[in-house]
Amino acid sequence: MIMNRLDILFAQKFNNILNIYCTAGFPKLYSTTAIMLALQQHGADIIELGIPYSDPVADGPVIQQSNMQALENGMTIELLFTQLASVKEQLHIPLILMGYINPVLQYGMENFCKAAAGSGVSGIILPDLPMYEFDKKYKGVFKKYGLHAIFLISPVTSSERIKKADELSGGFVYAVSSSSTTGSVNSRENIGGYLKRIQNMKLKNPLLIGFGIKDKESFDEAASYGAGAIIGTAFIQHIAAAVDINHATAQFISAIHGN
Amino acid sequence: MLHPDKHGYYGEFGGAFIPEMLHPNVEELRNNYLKISRSSSFKKQFSQLLKNYVGRPTPLYYAKRLSKQYNTNIYLKREDLCHTGAHKINNTIGQVLVAQQLGKKRIIAETGAGQHGVATATVCALMGLECIVYMGEKDIERQAPNVARMQMLGATVIPATSGSKTLKDATNEAIRDWINHPDDTHYIIGSVVGPHPYPDMVARFQSVISKEIKKQLKLATGKELPTHVIACVGGGSNAAGAFYHFIKEKKVQLIAVEAAGCGLDSGRSAATTQLGTPGVLHGSKSFVMQTKDGQVTEPHSISAGLDYPGIGPLHAHLYKSGRAVFMSATDEEALSAAFELSKLEGIIPALESAHALFALHKMAFKKNDVVVLCLSGRGDKDLATYIKSI
Ligand SMILES: Cc1ncc(COP(=O)(O)O)c(C=O)c1O
Repeated sequence: MIMNRLDILFAQKFNNILNIYCTAGFPKLYSTTAIMLALQQHGADIIELGIPYSDPVADGPVIQQSNMQALENGMTIELLFTQLASVKEQLHIPLILMGYINPVLQYGMENFCKAAAGSGVSGIILPDLPMYEFDKKYKGVFKKYGLHAIFLISPVTSSERIKKADELSGGFVYAVSSSSTTGSVNSRENIGGYLKRIQNMKLKNPLLIGFGIKDKESFDEAASYGAGAIIGTAFIQHIAAAVDINHATAQFISAIHGN
Repeated sequence: MLHPDKHGYYGEFGGAFIPEMLHPNVEELRNNYLKISRSSSFKKQFSQLLKNYVGRPTPLYYAKRLSKQYNTNIYLKREDLCHTGAHKINNTIGQVLVAQQLGKKRIIAETGAGQHGVATATVCALMGLECIVYMGEKDIERQAPNVARMQMLGATVIPATSGSKTLKDATNEAIRDWINHPDDTHYIIGSVVGPHPYPDMVARFQSVISKEIKKQLKLATGKELPTHVIACVGGGSNAAGAFYHFIKEKKVQLIAVEAAGCGLDSGRSAATTQLGTPGVLHGSKSFVMQTKDGQVTEPHSISAGLDYPGIGPLHAHLYKSGRAVFMSATDEEALSAAFELSKLEGIIPALESAHALFALHKMAFKKNDVVVLCLSGRGDKDLATYIKSI
């Protein structure tokens, strides 16, 4: 069996891992593969693609808007897998898919996992699939196709559930930096305390921190509590009106890296 | 099946499909809703408020002229006479008492027709709690009197401007608000939808409707059981309340009426069981109106309270198992039924309830049948729509 690319990455790199999120089919229906290659070329470590959904309840206005735009553009799971197949040979960094459960259920969980694995996907985040449902119904399918499930934890998650999320996750655990929808941060005060508490729990998985990270400063701070951080909203905003996606992506990543 | 299993499932429907950020709040509710609602202090407060504040028991009225029209015996359960004008307040009283026990200071709600928003704003005024109501921009326009009522009651009404700008989107915004306020906020969901334990909790608070029907029917006819119970279904809370104590009585035919909008085949409808397929919406697995790709579609109904692309998991189960019969009434049919009741009985029904009334046309009752119809609300809020048809 081929090793999962997330495992390879985390075995080699322990800090400042940069995971960038983008909604598939945004800003244009066929932007996604170009964005993926640009992210890889300019130094992102992980690509997280969002599957657009009509009712993204865990997302703030910017990502909501990108979901609506992508759906208007005509993005579907089927088309996304076709697009991914076209860049599979050129992509070497880990790719994860993030999506709400309903479109995935309509596609069929087994079909979805099979197509994802065949398209070079290493991990899947389904924020409204609770751990209980995953554990009971879908763990086996993920395993069969060599996919990691990645669960979210937040400042209000109990230690017991953090352990459960760690046990069920592979690759990394996604620590939401504050109790909020994507793109916003409610209070920065307690983030340190919460993330230190998790660090001290000595989880088996590395931690990536996300939500509300927008520049070098917030990236460095967040990444200091784990193996790295995830940026979504700020990247979406940056490329929303970009004429040259490759240039805009290069610009964004070098700003985060402080070059 | 009257109650879900411990994970919130009625057969294959239900569950709690929520982002992890909501888990502590939903878990807290799950661990406490039964304990709190079974405590003697809760029961006492709840029943006193239902009696002295809401005005319960609501009458079970024998509609003589309507009965004659359909050549049977029709009783109207007068939820329209509840304080604030609909059954919605049965649930908001129950939930606000639970929220108080949990120490919550801030209440949020979604609303479609505005009846649930008004009922929530009312109990928040009563208890001195901050109240924020999310309402679709389109519904704010078509239910203007209820917006004014909520504001007069001290609530903040926030327009939901995403998607179809109706109840579905207002619900999304309320869920997002709850994610952003994990500590001090309770979300009062207005129907038997949402993640477990909401469908069960709301059904229990609304079950007072059928509890009273049984008693009142016994007094009126000597028998507790009707032959038919009819109710409209948006999310399904008045229907759940009206069906509740009859679900196990297999002889009682349960009839749920959905909104067909411009017609089932028109592409502008809200008849979820007829047009939907199993899926997940707002935290539970149920029937959902959606594309083959799993994108939730925009429903349509003349009645804002039925303009929702989902249905509670209890009803999905009642539908799938065949325990309840599901019908639908179009916008036009509901309007005609509203005018008929107004003229025959001097009661102007809510547009939602008018859908249930139209089922009378579709059924062939026997002379001795005893039909109970849940008149879920009054039509004051719908006058602007009715006036156009006069
Ligand atoms: C009068 C009335 N009836 C029915 C409904 C539909 O809700 P449910 O199906 O939960 O009873 C509403 C919702 O706003 C309403 O105002």
